[in-house]
Amino acid sequence: MTTEPDVRVEDKLYQNRYRVDSGRSHIKVTPHETPSPELLALVKLCPARCYELNGKGQVEVAHDGCMECGTCRVLAEGKGDITWTYPRGGYGVLFKFG
Amino acid sequence: MTEKFDAIVVGAGMAGNAAALTMAKRGLKVLQLERGEYPGSKNVQGAILYANAVEKLIPEFREDAPLERHLVEQRFWMMDDASHTGLHYRSEDFNEERPNRYTIIRSQFDRWFSRHVQEAGALVLCETTVLELLKDTKGRVIGVRTDRRDGDVFADVVVLAEGVNGLLGTRAGLRERPARENVALAVKEMHFLPRETIEARFNLKGDEGAVIEAAGTISRGMAGMGFIYTNRESISIGIGCIVSDLAKTGHAPYELLEAFKRHPSVAPLIEGSEVKEYAAHLIPEGGYKAIPQLFGDGWLVAGDAAQLNNAIHREGSNLALASGQMAGEAVAELKGRGLEPTAKNLEIYKTRLVDSYVMQDLKKYKDMPALLHASSQNFFLTYPQLVSKAMQNFLRVDGTPKVEKEKRTLRSVFAARSITGLLGDAVRMARAWR
Ligand SMILES: Cc1cc2nc3c(=O)[nH]c(=O)nc-3n(C[C@H](O)[C@H](O)[C@H](O)COP(=O)(O)OP(=O)(O)OC[C@H]3O[C@@H](n4cnc5c(N)ncnc54)[C@H](O)[C@@H]3O)c2cc1C
Ligand code: SF4
Repeated sequence: MTTEPDVRVEDKLYQNRYRVDSGRSHIKVTPHETPSPELLALVKLCPARCYELNGKGQVEVAHDGCMECGTCRVLAEGKGDITWTYPRGGYGVLFKFG
Repeated sequence: MTEKFDAIVVGAGMAGNAAALTMAKRGLKVLQLERGEYPGSKNVQGAILYANAVEKLIPEFREDAPLERHLVEQRFWMMDDASHTGLHYRSEDFNEERPNRYTIIRSQFDRWFSRHVQEAGALVLCETTVLELLKDTKGRVIGVRTDRRDGDVFADVVVLAEGVNGLLGTRAGLRERPARENVALAVKEMHFLPRETIEARFNLKGDEGAVIEAAGTISRGMAGMGFIYTNRESISIGIGCIVSDLAKTGHAPYELLEAFKRHPSVAPLIEGSEVKEYAAHLIPEGGYKAIPQLFGDGWLVAGDAAQLNNAIHREGSNLALASGQMAGEAVAELKGRGLEPTAKNLEIYKTRLVDSYVMQDLKKYKDMPALLHASSQNFFLTYPQLVSKAMQNFLRVDGTPKVEKEKRTLRSVFAARSITGLLGDAVRMARAWR
């Protein structure tokens, strides 16, 4: 088994341009007691590390660094673990190069 | 907005721009809506651009399009943790007057493309997210609802060029949300270096470019690929894996990218570079079998939203351009003949696709995605390791007789995979390639 290098995703996202729609998250996690396997998987899978476990073992989302890839929607919207939409026009990630 | 348009195009990516340009040039009244601040601000690509698909829309594009490098060399790498076995093809023939493949930077290319769309007469509105499709009582699509004030707009037909996520189509019940087995999550970084450094490291002169496609242990046994593309003053480097595999194995995409960057064959190529962006995007990889319904009463879908992507050849932008163009032509043709854009009449769009390389290529590889996915451990982990072992055994001179060396190689092959397993994979691969 190869060990993976440590990566600070925050440093990577710092290079990016965003126009954050503060207080209006385009992604919401459905309140839950214990997270589904899909929600738990997102903690590792989201490329911007938007999903985190809180102290009570529930999954929370912070949309600031989201790159709107849609991975979490593909994985977790189907069974209602999250609701997902695009940010308002002009908001969200703004790729300089893409 | 109370005026009615001949067509509304959702999205100003490759497919949307191709459709809008085609219809505007034919004199249709076109409204194009894009959620990004500018066209391209939401879009990610490697990015190799295939000239052929662009030429069909803008024949003289080489004069002013923001092209990075024309490709003279292609490298395929099969990697294990310490090595790569390469197949490189380079030809002076690619230094031609009208080169066939270029690298581009999507945000720049899309903005350039959009200028042509606007010059052709289409009305392009950015910073506008389309929320849903509007239908009449019979279920026919008659327009869209946007997030602007008084945001309902009406048209005879809506061309959905909304990219891989295809949110509107799913919301309107036109197609399912992409399945996790059918999409790859790709992460990518832009590494900046002086152009002379890039040219020296990749053996290039002037605007020549080289690209590397890499597979092997870098995807940790998941179905996945890495890429390294040279731009004029930057190197695009990224890796993508199928989402269901990532979910199953729990590998983080940025860790895979970091490991790829640190691979001894890769690290010297990007050493000393300045990273200016980190991006993530999905790629449709379900192939032919994942293609949804392509048209209906008052609507058409093109590009990634229709899952038109050839993962084996890494072709997406050209299929988006071609399908967007064909969608535009279909709409213009109906308009010209005074016919309504009903599902029945819009079937001409599908006919065009089926008659072209778009559908024919995807059909050719229809069994490939499932094969690579089902045997991903073999194709992406076991075989690359075996190839590396065999190469080492072949190259190391250590006093072992060659006959013994060959036996050892064969033994390691059969220890890793039974003869029936090997033959089975070979046969299945040959069939899927047919
Ligand atoms: C990492 C990576 C590397 C790739 N490399 C290559 C390559 O080398 N060569 C190649 O040919 N292909 C490549 N592809 C594939 C290629 O990028 C796509 O096939 C192509 O961009 C598809 O074009 P499109 O117009 O269908 O979608 P997109 O380019 O994604 O455009 C969709 C547009 O619609 C807009 N939109 C979506 N929803 C809404 C809405 N509701 N309201 C308003 N606007 C909306 C988006 O903002 C976007 O501008 C790559 C893809 C990735 C992710
Ligand atoms: S859309 Fe992509 S980047 Fe945004 S939260 Fe979901 S997985 Fe993370």
